[in-house]
Amino acid sequence: MTNEDARQLEGIKAGYQEKYGFHVPENYVFKARKGLDRAIVEEISWMKGEPEWMRDLRLKALEHFFRRPMPTWGADLSGIDFDDIYYFVRATSQGAANWDEVPPEIKETFDRLGIPEAERRFLAGAGAQYESEVVYHKVREDLERQGVIFLSMDDGLRLHPDLVKEYFSTVIPYGDNKFAALNTAVWSGGSFIYVPKGVRVEMPLQAYFRINTQNMGQFERTLIIVDEGAFVHYVEGCTAPIYSSDSLHSAVVEIIVKPGARCRYTTIQNWSNNVYNLVTKRSVAYRDATMEWVDANLGSKVTMKYPAVYMVEPGAHGEILSIAFAGRGQVQDAGGKVVHGAPHTTSKITSKSISMGGGRASYRGLLKVHEGAWGSRSNVVCDALLLDDKSRSDTYPYIEIDEQDVTIGHEATVSRVGEEQLFYLMSRGLNEEQANAMVVNGFVEPLVKELPMEYALELNRLIQLQMEGSIG
Amino acid sequence: MVAALEIRNLHVNVEGRPILKGVDLIVRQGEIHALMGPNGSGKSTLAYTLMGHPDYEVTAGQIIFDGVDLLDLEADQRSQLGLFLAFQYPVVISGVTLANFLRQAINARRKAADPEDKGIPIPEFRAALKEKMDLLHMSHDFAGRYLNEGFSGGEKKRAEILQMAMLEPKIAVLDETDSGLDIDALRIVSEGVNKLAGPSMGVLVITHYQRILNYIKPQFVHILLDGRIVQSGGAELALHLEQQGYDWLREKVDEG
Repeated sequence: MTNEDARQLEGIKAGYQEKYGFHVPENYVFKARKGLDRAIVEEISWMKGEPEWMRDLRLKALEHFFRRPMPTWGADLSGIDFDDIYYFVRATSQGAANWDEVPPEIKETFDRLGIPEAERRFLAGAGAQYESEVVYHKVREDLERQGVIFLSMDDGLRLHPDLVKEYFSTVIPYGDNKFAALNTAVWSGGSFIYVPKGVRVEMPLQAYFRINTQNMGQFERTLIIVDEGAFVHYVEGCTAPIYSSDSLHSAVVEIIVKPGARCRYTTIQNWSNNVYNLVTKRSVAYRDATMEWVDANLGSKVTMKYPAVYMVEPGAHGEILSIAFAGRGQVQDAGGKVVHGAPHTTSKITSKSISMGGGRASYRGLLKVHEGAWGSRSNVVCDALLLDDKSRSDTYPYIEIDEQDVTIGHEATVSRVGEEQLFYLMSRGLNEEQANAMVVNGFVEPLVKELPMEYALELNRLIQLQMEGSIG
Repeated sequence: MVAALEIRNLHVNVEGRPILKGVDLIVRQGEIHALMGPNGSGKSTLAYTLMGHPDYEVTAGQIIFDGVDLLDLEADQRSQLGLFLAFQYPVVISGVTLANFLRQAINARRKAADPEDKGIPIPEFRAALKEKMDLLHMSHDFAGRYLNEGFSGGEKKRAEILQMAMLEPKIAVLDETDSGLDIDALRIVSEGVNKLAGPSMGVLVITHYQRILNYIKPQFVHILLDGRIVQSGGAELALHLEQQGYDWLREKVDEG
């Protein structure tokens, strides 16, 4: 970040301090030290001025992280060097220190996607997002009027400690897996959302709107509570490739959907090809509640992510729509989990994976029906598209049904782009690349249909670019 | 300058077997030709070879289109030059709407002619699409269906002609467009072709049956038998064939 950028950022922060009373410790010391130990975790907590219970939780999680072995399933994680990572939040920049550091392919992609100049610097982490400050304030006013809380997780904890304490770590305890433990120990950033009873937030909320802490941190922690009968749609990420010099990203997202409420969480992930992206996302859906995960994984070196819906009361409904694109050198190990814990619950998983250039896209999913969850229905469809002989797709469906009176469907297909399809499209004047891209776009259409318009357009264009091999 | 599709002494193998054994044919813009023949004569082989399907191996002969040697060109390049093939079995492209597909095909053409082209403006595209769909008595919401997915036989053939209408080729080859169509569908498709055919578009109707030629009236009729054109004539040749059957022709050929 340039000195100019740093000064502007300081200016904005100071403004917030005045207007909203945010607390920034006076003796703010920015230590750049790699590796992880108790001292680092304590410093993070102190720096943020957290209540003691959060600090204690972090430390317990840290101990668990050290004790817990690496998972023996899934993608190959041996490339992660835990000692060679900055765990301490770097307040000024998580991306390139300056624009020159950003790889040329990323810059070129911004060009081709038509991303405006100011946004590029932001996306590369090299600058703060100034324009969105205006949008952000307007959004905040509207939401405040409705009683909706939409803050960074840090601010959520600071301003609504009791609300956070009630729900934090209730959906994903630190003992769930090694990376949940890591996140619980060193989390920073992420979103905190609370939607009051009966309130419908019509406009999708985007992480983009929060600018008082970095938006695409390594260890984001998001907590969303949708109260009875309410509705919210949260959108995270963006289609433009995000360059990150941090090689390990491990986020945790917890969502509580109360009776009669509905939540949709859309993610478009396109991290640069050096990133290990290991995410735990889980939602609990109560009586007649609906949870929808829309998950697009385009980037990263390795992604392991299985958005989950636990349906714990009758009438709950869970949907997971997942697309994974694995190009050269990429492993997308994605899918979803649906757990039926009550009668008359329904779920649907649709997974579309595309592999090309030697990439490996896998579907890994769990469909579990507990005893007593009678009258439940679930349908899983996983389709894989292999674009050449080098690529690979695997399907790991785990199906555990402990109840007789249920209706379960499971279909898996693997296909290539047919020679006849190619010939047909080429006979209409599309060259081979364009024809392939069209088939691929058609393949992912069920998911793209569910995205907000701008994302849909960008995603189609991005797929076209991926097909042309211009992205690494 | 009238464009022509010139097929000269064309020999084609499929999976190593000779199917076309010296076909000579010239189709010009503004002309309507019919190519008839029994099953196995090589009709579809000719259609696919003209368009450049990789499984069809030209072992001798030439295909010249508008002065350009097609054998060096891929299917998309041949399309760009103004050649169109209405498939006998149109292929399903899931998830891509008919409208979206057509717009991209048109844009691919425009871009090939001018790399700076920004694509056809949406209102212009919509207007053209509506006009052509009306021509073919197709309901407008049909354009929102995924390409050939779940289409009936008649719908598939009409969609082929719609594509032809939107892409405005110089020479169109219709590969057994009549197969699977009932009388009404046949009439509508033929009307459409007739409206589009004219000085700027030549048509080669490939068919097994004479029936379609009641609606699309050819100036020239050719008969393909065992990989060669054995007889050419005017429209009355088709009627003669219908009355006498292909055996008549076989005898004639064996004699001669």
